[in-house]
Amino acid sequence: MPRTIAVMTALLIAASSAAVAADVPPQRQAELRYLLKHDCGSCHGMRLEGGLGPALTARRLAPYGVDFLALTIIQGRPGTPMPPWRPFISEPEAQWLATQLKQGIRP
Amino acid sequence: MRLMRYLLSALLLYSGQASAECLTRGTGDMGIVIERAAGSVQVVDRRAHRALFRIEGLGDLSHASAVYSPDERYAYIFGRDGGLTRLDILCGTITHRIVQGGNSIGGAISQDGNLIAVSNYEPGGVKVFAASDLRLVADIPATPVNSEKRSKTVGLVDAGEQRFVYSLYDTGETWILDMSDPANPVIQKHEKIGQLPYDALITRDGRYYIAGLFGQDGLALLDLWHPERGTRLILEDYGKGEQKLPVYKMPHLEGWAMAGNRAFLPGVGHHQVLVVERGEWNTLAKIPVYGQPVFVMARPDGRQIWVNFAFPDNDTIQVIDTETLKVVKTLKPGKGALHMEFAPRGEEVWISIRDKDEVQVYDTRKLQLTHTLPVAKPSGIFFTARAHTTGL
Ligand code: HEC
Repeated sequence: MPRTIAVMTALLIAASSAAVAADVPPQRQAELRYLLKHDCGSCHGMRLEGGLGPALTARRLAPYGVDFLALTIIQGRPGTPMPPWRPFISEPEAQWLATQLKQGIRP
Repeated sequence: MRLMRYLLSALLLYSGQASAECLTRGTGDMGIVIERAAGSVQVVDRRAHRALFRIEGLGDLSHASAVYSPDERYAYIFGRDGGLTRLDILCGTITHRIVQGGNSIGGAISQDGNLIAVSNYEPGGVKVFAASDLRLVADIPATPVNSEKRSKTVGLVDAGEQRFVYSLYDTGETWILDMSDPANPVIQKHEKIGQLPYDALITRDGRYYIAGLFGQDGLALLDLWHPERGTRLILEDYGKGEQKLPVYKMPHLEGWAMAGNRAFLPGVGHHQVLVVERGEWNTLAKIPVYGQPVFVMARPDGRQIWVNFAFPDNDTIQVIDTETLKVVKTLKPGKGALHMEFAPRGEEVWISIRDKDEVQVYDTRKLQLTHTLPVAKPSGIFFTARAHTTGL
C-alpha cells in the first residue's frame, strides 16, 4: 500500500510538473534558464552553489515545497536582498523554475 | 613522405609551443579579462587591443576578481568556488592553484605584496596565503551565527601598515586584521556597525573604509587613521521617505568614484547616483540616472563618471560630467554591460558586454566605440596598473 501511494504521488508530481512545463513554451524556458544562470547567479552563484544568497541545489531545497519556493521567487523576501521577480516572471514560470530547482537543474 | 609530414607537423607543434613561451616585454600595458562561464582568462595587450594568451582551468569564475603582484607579472584570481589561482601573465600559465574554501568573494594583496587574503562566504572567514607559493599563512574564522554556520565575510580590502579590513555580513561587524607579524595576526573587531554590510570600499589614500548596509539606511564609515574612534553611520537620511525599489543586482562599492573632494556612489534601490562631500559625508546632490547603478567609476582624472546598471537595465551605460553633474551621454553597448576598466591615464575605457561575447573599448574624449575584442561571456577586466593602488 505505501508503495502504491508513493507511485501515485510520483505520478501526480510528474503530471503536475508536466502541466507546468506545458505552460511555459520552450523558447521562454531557455530564457529562464539563462536568467537563472546569470541574473539569479549573481547572488546565488552561477552554478547555484551559493553566494550572498543560499545555494539553490536540490539537496538544500529538499525540505521546501514547490509552491513555497515559487512564492519566494515571485514575492522575494522582504528585509533580505532576495528581490520580488513578479515584474519579470509570471506565476506559472515561477512554478516551472521552482520545479526545475527541486529537480536539481544545473543552468 | 609521411615521415616528412610528421616531422614538419612536430616542428610546427614545437614552434607553436615555443611561441607560447614567455614574452619578453614590460607588463605595464597589459591586463586580464575574466571569461566567467568558461572558467578561463584572457591576457590582453591593452594598447594593441588584442589577446596574448587564453588560460583555462580556473573553475567557477562568476563574480571573480583579481589583484596583481607589485612587479605586475603575477595575477591572483579569486574564483567563486573558492579557487585561488596565480597566473604568470608573461608566460600565459598557471603557476599555482588551490581551492581554499567552498565559496568565496574576492581578495586583496598586502601593502608589501607578500600576502594574499581571501574572503569566504562558506565557511565564513578570511584566509591569508603567501603570495609566492599560496602556502597558508593564517586562517581567521568569522563570528559564528549558529552551531553550523559562521558569518559570511565581505568587502575585504588591503590597507596601509600591512592591514586587511573586511566586514561580516550576518553579524554586522568590521574587522581590522593586522598581518605585520604573519605568525601572529592581530584582529581588532568593531561590532554593531549596522545591519547586513554587503560590500565595502577603501578610499584611494587608504584612510576611509566604508561599508554599504543592506539591512538599513546609511553606510558605516571607519577612519583608519583613528580606528579607536570606531565606525559611524553616514548618509543615514539618504532615501528617507522615497520608495525603495527592489535590487536585482547588488551594487559594487569597489569602483566608488572620487573626483576632487566629492565621492560619487550608487543609490541602493534608487535610480540615482549620489554625490557626497568627503569629510562631512553630506549629500550634495542626487543625479537621476537610467536605472539602479552597479558600478560608479571615475575616469582617472575625475572629469567624468561612468555608470552601469542592474538587471533589467544592464544594456545601458551613462556618462556624467562631474562639473555640471549632468548625464552627458547614454550608450547602448548591448545586454549585460557588466564591468568597466579605465586605462590608467583615462584615455580609454574597456567594457564587458556579456550577451555579445565581446569587450568594447571606448575613447573617453569622443565617447565613441573604437575597438571590440571577442571574449566569451566576459565579466571583470583588470589592468596591471592596479598593482600600485591601495584597495584594488
Ligand atoms: C540581489 C540578490 C539576489 C538575487 C538577484 C536573487 N536572489 Fe534569491 N535569495 C537571495 C537571498 C539573500 C536569499 C535568502 C533570503 C533569506 O535570508 O531568507 C534568497 C532566497 C531565495 C530562495 C529561497 C531559498 C531558501 O533556502 O530559503 C529562492 C528559491 C530563490 N532565492 C530563488 C531565486 C531566483 C530563482 C532568482 C532569480 C530569478 C533569485 N533568487 C535571485 C538573494 C538574491
